[in-house]
Amino acid sequence: MTATATEPSRGVATQDDRVATRPLAARLLSRPEVGSLIAAIVIFLLFMAVAEPFRNVANVGTILYGASTIGIMAVPVALLMIGGEFDLSAGVAVTTSGLSASLLAWNFGLNVWVGILLALAVSVAIGAFNGWLLLKTGLPSFLVTLGTFFILQGVNLGVTRLLTGNVASADISDMDGFASAQNIFGSEVTLGPVTLKITVLYWVLLTVIAAYVLLRTRAGNWVFAVGGDAAAARAVGVPVRATKIGLFVAVGFCAWLSGMHLLFQFNTVQSGEGVGKEFIFIIAAVIGGCLLTGGYGSVVGASLGALIFGMTQLGINYAGWNPDWFRTFLGVMLLLATLVNMYVKRRADLR
Amino acid sequence: MMRRSRMSLLAAGAVTALALAACSSSGGKQSTEGDAGKAGTATTPRMTVAFITHAAPGDTFWDLVRKGAEDAAKKDNVDLQYQSDPDGANQANLVQSAIDKKVDGIAVTLAKPDAMKANVQKAVQGGVPVVALNGGIDAWKSMGVLGYFGQDERIAGQAAGERLTKDGAKKALCVIQEQGHVGLEARCDGTKSTFPNTEKIYVTGTDMPSVQAAITSKLQQDKSIDRVLTLGAPFALTAVKSVKDASSSAKVVTFDTNKDLVGAIKGGQVEWAVDQQPYLQGYLAVDSLWLYKTNGNTIGGGAATLTGPAFIDNTNVAAVEKFASNGTR
Repeated sequence: MTATATEPSRGVATQDDRVATRPLAARLLSRPEVGSLIAAIVIFLLFMAVAEPFRNVANVGTILYGASTIGIMAVPVALLMIGGEFDLSAGVAVTTSGLSASLLAWNFGLNVWVGILLALAVSVAIGAFNGWLLLKTGLPSFLVTLGTFFILQGVNLGVTRLLTGNVASADISDMDGFASAQNIFGSEVTLGPVTLKITVLYWVLLTVIAAYVLLRTRAGNWVFAVGGDAAAARAVGVPVRATKIGLFVAVGFCAWLSGMHLLFQFNTVQSGEGVGKEFIFIIAAVIGGCLLTGGYGSVVGASLGALIFGMTQLGINYAGWNPDWFRTFLGVMLLLATLVNMYVKRRADLR
Repeated sequence: MMRRSRMSLLAAGAVTALALAACSSSGGKQSTEGDAGKAGTATTPRMTVAFITHAAPGDTFWDLVRKGAEDAAKKDNVDLQYQSDPDGANQANLVQSAIDKKVDGIAVTLAKPDAMKANVQKAVQGGVPVVALNGGIDAWKSMGVLGYFGQDERIAGQAAGERLTKDGAKKALCVIQEQGHVGLEARCDGTKSTFPNTEKIYVTGTDMPSVQAAITSKLQQDKSIDRVLTLGAPFALTAVKSVKDASSSAKVVTFDTNKDLVGAIKGGQVEWAVDQQPYLQGYLAVDSLWLYKTNGNTIGGGAATLTGPAFIDNTNVAAVEKFASNGTR
């Protein structure tokens, strides 16, 4: 997943140094995701050394699964951050999506696939609402999405209780369409000794698509532009409104994908889930080189950030370290990863 | 004109077909509707009871407590005001607001007794009858509370440990879904005291995929684990998936139940559950306040009324199942 740049020919000796290509190594090292790549390798080697089960190839599936559930959301959250905005409702929106599909299908006796499509509409609408409110009011996205975060938390609980009398959605595994939907959202494939959950495939796919859009299309340039300086971007004709709303909708779409996995992996959804995950998505994006101020970052880096988080979380279990200190280890590892990232980037910028 | 109406007929037909295809032939709300037999209603004057718990939003365990409380309230002509907050200080504030509202009785959980003590005593001194449930078995008496309905988490843990020993288990993994929760720690510690080869793991209870991955990784790391002991029904059902992912032969056992878990015990995916009868805790708490108000009775004779631990396993699951489908076990 590393970016491989092709080296252009450097035949001409008398080149203007403003347009001269920097050496390949320097150009590679100054990519935003390189720091996180090196941090990922460091964390990987560390756990390879201390945790015996970490070395077992068969366990790769578990680690990638842990990373993928974060990565699916870290990718759109990174795009949004590059576009200069936050989404604090992203974690709870995943739960909202799973609950919508489950409750709508269950309450009205619908085919599960109808519930899934309605949930998609709900998720996209939440994203669009966030974007719309942000642009309408001019409030910082931090505040707007904090509002949505609380609203959705209450709605999740309230509506679930209203419809089912419980705080978790009812089991819908006996309804029409569940089996086929489970194949799409909650299945797994076995490749030799490794069993991969389907979320890993979605994660990789999303990363590739998002990286392509960001680096190779006009829409990608718009994302960087609105995150760097929205006023300047508007002045040169970038559709700021559409870009920002589009980014929030992308988060909504991925929340839907994530929510569908939650539903079809576990058959029911607990209405209190997802609180606190929004920060993990943001952390993954930041480890991956996204700036909190916008205008700079990488989706490949965000995916590497998710991988670092997944490796650390499970590596601590694999290493069998005292669980009382689990969070402390996690915090130290994340700081370590971020420091390595920063160091590499600074060295690269000096060249 | 003819053409037009044929078209609309076709369209209507297509819509009907789609609508039919959109419906599920099985499951859903319709298949669960049925009414549980409810007792009659008391003719005593209407009284107000504040029911204040430390439930975290979305914890299915509290559905059962609340249903018990609601059923008792309906029967006793009680206006039940259910509130909850997992934060100790906030929960204490809810007690204060109940005092301010001049309720006729307060049922409260004392999971964080130190935070609750001052306001509970204020209620008692102000002449509001208070009963405790679920948590605070060591603390309720000193606050002047009338009675306690629940289980001793440590004793419940010990019972689970004894059961593990009897089952011939070698090593158990105790899964704690909320780090620093006194009651959950007491369960694991109790289990460890009677089944020493118990190891703890902390997982993030609000994030199911990470719970699944964490348990899986632990099972992959330590192949000697042959029992996964979870402390809540939803986590037991997730642990079943982890065991499968890790290709482990470990069996899943748990504290607490819900409808899906009872099904899993019946299906053999989960061996047994320690049941503390949450419905009964909620019911007795409200009912005891009504009895105290209308007839001056207290329950328990100054000692805690234990609602558990009892075990649900394949020998008695059939009897529990029909109540579980009503959402009351």
